[in-house]
Amino acid sequence: MNSLTRRKILSRAMTLLTASFAALVIVALVIILGYIGVTGVREINLGFLINEPKPIGEPGGGIANAIVGTMILIAIASVIGLPVGILGGLYLAEFGSNRFGNVLRFVIDTLTGVPSIVVGVFAWTIMVRPMGHFSALAGGVSLSIIMMPIVARTTEEMVRLVPQSMREAALALGAPVWRMSLGVVLRAAAGGVATGAMLAIARIAGETAPLLFTALSYNYMSTDVNQPIASLTYQIFYYAGSPYEQWHAMAWAATLVLVAMILAINISVKFLARSRYQ
Amino acid sequence: MTTNKSPGLGIVTHFLTPLAWLRGSKRFGDPLFKLATLAFALAIAGLVVLMIIEMARDSTLAFDKFGLSFIWREVWDPVREEFGALPFIYGTAVSSLLGLLIAVPVSIGVGIFLVEHAPRALSAPVSFLVQLLAAIPSVVYGLWGIFVLAPLLRDSVYPRIQSALGFLPLFQGNPNGLGLMTAGIILSIMIVPIITAVTTDVMRAVPRAQPEAALALGATKWEATRVVLQNARSGITGAVILGLGRAVGETMAVTMVIGNRPQISASLFDPSFTIASAIANEFTEATSEIYRHALVELGLILFAITFVINALARLLVWSVTRGQGKVVHE
Repeated sequence: MNSLTRRKILSRAMTLLTASFAALVIVALVIILGYIGVTGVREINLGFLINEPKPIGEPGGGIANAIVGTMILIAIASVIGLPVGILGGLYLAEFGSNRFGNVLRFVIDTLTGVPSIVVGVFAWTIMVRPMGHFSALAGGVSLSIIMMPIVARTTEEMVRLVPQSMREAALALGAPVWRMSLGVVLRAAAGGVATGAMLAIARIAGETAPLLFTALSYNYMSTDVNQPIASLTYQIFYYAGSPYEQWHAMAWAATLVLVAMILAINISVKFLARSRYQ
Repeated sequence: MTTNKSPGLGIVTHFLTPLAWLRGSKRFGDPLFKLATLAFALAIAGLVVLMIIEMARDSTLAFDKFGLSFIWREVWDPVREEFGALPFIYGTAVSSLLGLLIAVPVSIGVGIFLVEHAPRALSAPVSFLVQLLAAIPSVVYGLWGIFVLAPLLRDSVYPRIQSALGFLPLFQGNPNGLGLMTAGIILSIMIVPIITAVTTDVMRAVPRAQPEAALALGATKWEATRVVLQNARSGITGAVILGLGRAVGETMAVTMVIGNRPQISASLFDPSFTIASAIANEFTEATSEIYRHALVELGLILFAITFVINALARLLVWSVTRGQGKVVHE
């Protein structure tokens, strides 16, 4: 076999190999999601979504408290994390094109890489210990810390996409820089910023580690932000670690609810973004 | 912002008139705006500093008692209040490296496929599906790991590995499905998206003229691809290190499948413990003050490790994408 044929065969083989890797990853995704769907759907009914948990052995238990809890945690995190993230990102985009901006950006990026369990420990030291008890508020704060760097960086990216000519037009009409930034640039980037915010919400909805010793969990319906609160992720973790078949089944069903919610956000954001930019 | 001309609001407008200068002000409004947004950006960055201070303050007891030897002490005994981080560092390192061992070839392969081979109509959806793996929460991987992957590995994969390679210390013992190897496999699935995403970005940042020149000189497709890989080398290294950072800090999935036993064992089938999973498991149960301080010190070590890893990775990725005006996605 001459060397050209060998090189061509190698090239073909490598193409095939990389394609099969891509196929492998997608198969893994399909297997995981498929298993969640098939196993989770058996246990799901209206009662599961609107009832509170029942003691083991009693049928008809649900996860309503965990769904409400997750929503409340997301709301607290968003109220704190979104404004800080969006305005911080606006600074990086509008004033951050210098050495100082690069340092800030670098530090904020490292915050993205801080493990969520470490964020949990940090939230415990600044919230739970001074307050003396676990609370939804502490859980929300720890989630907001995870949210901030993500929102800041996506906001920066989106604001940078706004054409320079729009800024110049606003300034030429006599607007001060702050009105130009808030009223023209941020408004033009609003769709993209909202996309980033939704993705950040999808991300924190799936977090468990920062809640383990901040929000903890609660067995009943609760809307008191000063008390521990249930969440879907904690509930899944708790049920998975229990020895009961019935709770395992509930863990799968709760997972289906959580994953469906997160994928719905991811997929709708994808299609919204496409219709805007293409 | 809008001036309301309706008569009923006249009184409001009247009292707001002194503030009207602000609406068009460049002298006060602009510096104020810059300062306000700066404050928010600084607040986010300041969290990193605050984290270090808070965790250092909360680990003094353990630090005073064990000093730096905390890092290489092998004993973890809450009852006798003897603490050392080595078993956790070992578990973290081995499980993460196992994860990389599987994830790196696959991710780079997928990256090559997306950039060099897949037509545009295929590349976008495939890349989206790969990124969906990153959207699945950690606790869900853990659940799937306990009930699907671990039993499968225990019953059909590990016995085969043992019968073929059982003479190696790496594969001895009595695999029950929960241990280092299972954790490594779960981790590999979880870090494929990030390594793939960054690899794709850095490969796209290589000027197309490079592989085209190679093709024009008679190179095969694979040889031209190697030119691209060569150019993106440091960025791909950065991608791998970012994946390592993700694996090191991963908590829920690992804690659910690694078996949670603080020991250093040569066998990959044996249960182990990682820094993150130790904190997750024991923090609320830490009864004594020094026990909790030891756990916070573990957190500080984890923070330091991931900080160095991420800083290094970002510098490497920047060295390739710099000047491209691109932001590397996670």
